[in-house]
Amino acid sequence: MAATLLISGGRILDPGQGIDKVADLLIAKGKITWIGDKGTAPNHSDLKTIDATGLVVCPGFIDLHCHLREPGFEDKETISTGTKAAAKGGFTTVCCMPNTNPPIDSQASIDYVKKVAEAEGIVQVLPIGCITKARQGKELTEMNELAEAGVIGFSDDGNPVASSRIMSLAMDYSQSLGLPIIDHCEDKELSDGGFMNDGWVSARLGLKGMPKAAEEIVVARDISLAQMTGARLHIAHVSTEGSVELVRRAKEKGMAVTAEVTPHHLTLTEERVMGGQLKKNKQLTYDTNAKVNPPLRTKEDITALIQGLKDGTIDAIATDHAPHTLVDKMCEFGLAAFGISGLETAFACLMSLVQDGRLDLKTIISKLTFEPARIIGTRFGELGSLKPGCRADVTIFDPNKEWVVDKSDFASKGKNTPFHGCHFKGKVRITIAAGQVVYKSE
Amino acid sequence: MRTIESSSGTATPDTLPPPSMAVWQHSHVLDLDDFTREEIELVFEIADAMAEVLTREVKKVPTLRGKTVVTLFYEPSTRTRASFELAAKNLSADTVSIDASKSSVVKGESLIDSLRTIQALGADIIVMRHSQSGAPYLAIQEVNSSIINAGDGWHAHPSQALLDLYTIRRHLGKTANLKIAIIGDIMHSRVARSNIWGMTTMGAKVVLCSPSTLLPRGLNSFIENCRLANVSIENNIERALENADVVMLLRLQMERQQSGLLPSLREYIQRYQVTTERLSLAKSNVLVMHPGPINEGIEISPEVAHGTQSVIEEQVSNGVAIRMALLYLIAGGKNK
Amino acid sequence: MLVLKPLASSRQEVFLMSERTLMSAEDIQRALVRVAHEIVEKNKGARDLVLVGMQTRGVPLASRLAATIQGLEGISIPVGSLDISLYRDDLSSLSLKPTVHRTDVPVDVTDKQIVLVDDVFYTGRSIRAAMDALMDLGRPQSIQLAVLVDRGHRELPIRADYVGKNIPTSKNEEIKVDIKEVDGEDRVIIVTSDKGASHEND
Repeated sequence: MAATLLISGGRILDPGQGIDKVADLLIAKGKITWIGDKGTAPNHSDLKTIDATGLVVCPGFIDLHCHLREPGFEDKETISTGTKAAAKGGFTTVCCMPNTNPPIDSQASIDYVKKVAEAEGIVQVLPIGCITKARQGKELTEMNELAEAGVIGFSDDGNPVASSRIMSLAMDYSQSLGLPIIDHCEDKELSDGGFMNDGWVSARLGLKGMPKAAEEIVVARDISLAQMTGARLHIAHVSTEGSVELVRRAKEKGMAVTAEVTPHHLTLTEERVMGGQLKKNKQLTYDTNAKVNPPLRTKEDITALIQGLKDGTIDAIATDHAPHTLVDKMCEFGLAAFGISGLETAFACLMSLVQDGRLDLKTIISKLTFEPARIIGTRFGELGSLKPGCRADVTIFDPNKEWVVDKSDFASKGKNTPFHGCHFKGKVRITIAAGQVVYKSE
Repeated sequence: MRTIESSSGTATPDTLPPPSMAVWQHSHVLDLDDFTREEIELVFEIADAMAEVLTREVKKVPTLRGKTVVTLFYEPSTRTRASFELAAKNLSADTVSIDASKSSVVKGESLIDSLRTIQALGADIIVMRHSQSGAPYLAIQEVNSSIINAGDGWHAHPSQALLDLYTIRRHLGKTANLKIAIIGDIMHSRVARSNIWGMTTMGAKVVLCSPSTLLPRGLNSFIENCRLANVSIENNIERALENADVVMLLRLQMERQQSGLLPSLREYIQRYQVTTERLSLAKSNVLVMHPGPINEGIEISPEVAHGTQSVIEEQVSNGVAIRMALLYLIAGGKNK
Repeated sequence: MLVLKPLASSRQEVFLMSERTLMSAEDIQRALVRVAHEIVEKNKGARDLVLVGMQTRGVPLASRLAATIQGLEGISIPVGSLDISLYRDDLSSLSLKPTVHRTDVPVDVTDKQIVLVDDVFYTGRSIRAAMDALMDLGRPQSIQLAVLVDRGHRELPIRADYVGKNIPTSKNEEIKVDIKEVDGEDRVIIVTSDKGASHEND
């Protein structure tokens, strides 16, 4: 039974509505009911007040791309632990990728995820369905059935759709449903079993590299096919300057192409694999916590990605939260699994860009709230907004709180983070999902 | 520490005071990227003493008595493994050799578990060779034993580079300002990488000569970012060999042609094989080196492999002395 | 001559080191000549004699002895050098020791009378290591020991056959031998370190 909550005295920042002011916000029966000047809230019995003085109050964050691992990989994460991690990170809606076991390519598996999410998830879980059966890239899934069962889009994430023919059929088919194809863009023949970005670090470490072209080739192909079919295309985890430019040109032509970027691609470069070291005579490492697909790239790519966020080329920031067990990561670099457990460090990571003056807070919040909501659409209500009548998904954060990342504190089962021990400034204090406080920090 | 090089740039062992052990900073030997010039010279000094031991009838000294040296090889090897084992035995250490292809690794044991087991059995020094680059860097985080890298993937092979430099010094007296041409598959070569570090530290001019498909794309950027002086890249073998003091060949694995990196072995031989004729472009006292095993008729012609300029067999003998020196330094230098 | 050398220290104590010369260049030379005569006397000549100097300062001492013996007996005595680093029993304290030098004994030691030559004879551990090293080179008929200075404090049952000078010492004293071929001059000094009364440094 959701209480009546008054969030008082915080800086209400809702870029979707153009609101940025110190005000009070009232939540009742799981919905936002009122925003107004401090102290002027309508009276309610049974009112709980949250004092948000000095804090920022914004719509709950939306993650378009995360891996909850259930069903099938519950040792890495479950819907329960994953949603707890999401709440800690300020996320009130997460879209989970279908590379589970069994994969989410049928109504039965979607029903399963929805059922578990309802029973054990503490934030909203919206599933993404596979493009092809079992993500094999050969036969389309029954997209209509998946759409009716409640997916927000289709992806074979983890795998690209290698065949251009199959991808064009998938786009044709999904186009009539109005749902986006979300592609993990990678030409696997070109990346050919590589482990990190193909550049000077991979040359130095003696590791096989994944060239930027392997991503850009498929981004270009997908955009061409989207133009041909009129389908909605969403590029997952963009990582290169070239990809940003391709998306920019597609948007200039008015195409329905959207894109997302991860916090780690905005802040870390390939040098993080070596332990971030450049000179001779320092101890080298091969840090599997920095092994991710697409790989961490270069400073130039980071600059282009940030510019892409600023000029609207990139619509959303999504975590690509990819938890793994210790065994999967504590091994030889070539054998380690790809992925970063990112839900709980995403916000602080992004705040570091604000503190460095590279991005402003409003842009970041936009890319975490109403912009991803736009990609999801309104089938699940109006998300990413503090408009009265909307689901009461609210994130309250302290932009000045200093803290140190300790992976053993993670709610996620996945402790695979390159940010362990990092000093950050900016922390989520309270997360409210559907009117319930689902996370509160000390 | 006094600088080793005299003003004319020709430092010879007889004119210099030997470096003191205080220069040795390593608990492990993983690569030459963090070796100072003094440390490399120190290894040579000790290898000289070890070489003398190898001339005796009884090639044994009690230095590492009571220490256990375990060789853990995940890749097949004849010369490197035997070389380390002999080196350890010559120093009176107890040796155990583990061939990972026949061990519990086949049953799925992870590298870390294998290392912990070996440490629990009492290994003081683990000499490891692994097919994955970076494996020894994982090892040093997980176990307390000293680790000597006998080759990890494409990344490093420090003892090979040291014995290569030592061999050059024994013949040419110095390494500074020599032109050293490394010819072959640079992309997949841990010998090339470790030699690049070692040779640049010792002041040589390195020319890397390889078909473009066998050069890492980031190589120029790597040289620039790590500020390696005097390393250049050359596709043309004649230019690489011109006036070279040392020619080092790398083995071409047959699989490279099969995986499409080369159109044919024939074309590789035509463009890159070092023959007597090509070798005449180098200096008359050029040294011909190869880490072995040799593919005669591929990267090197049989005449050159067995010719007067070849020091390939001597590299192998020097390898034992160098590895004895490394074991001695690692066993002693731990308590820093 | 008493030389006072005040040393700074991070604590507010001052360590005073005092040095005293015990043997001058002439003293050393005379001692070596006497030792050379004793070697010849004890071995009834110089046949089958090999002098092996311990690295580092024992080596020039061995050369000088060989030169004197050659002057007495008219035959050339082989001189070798021995490095015992590979035979030490204290591997883990390597970081403080100088590096390994070559062992270079130009003749086969089997059936020879070896005279080991060292500058300072102290605990006896170096000599034990030297004997092991010699045994690895062959089977000498005998091993004798000649030292310039014997400072006492033996930890092993080893004795010197020929002693240049006996200098009883205490453990806080150090004997420093300078040899012209290595250090530029010949002398033997004793260095005593005493903790002085606390007083401020300048």
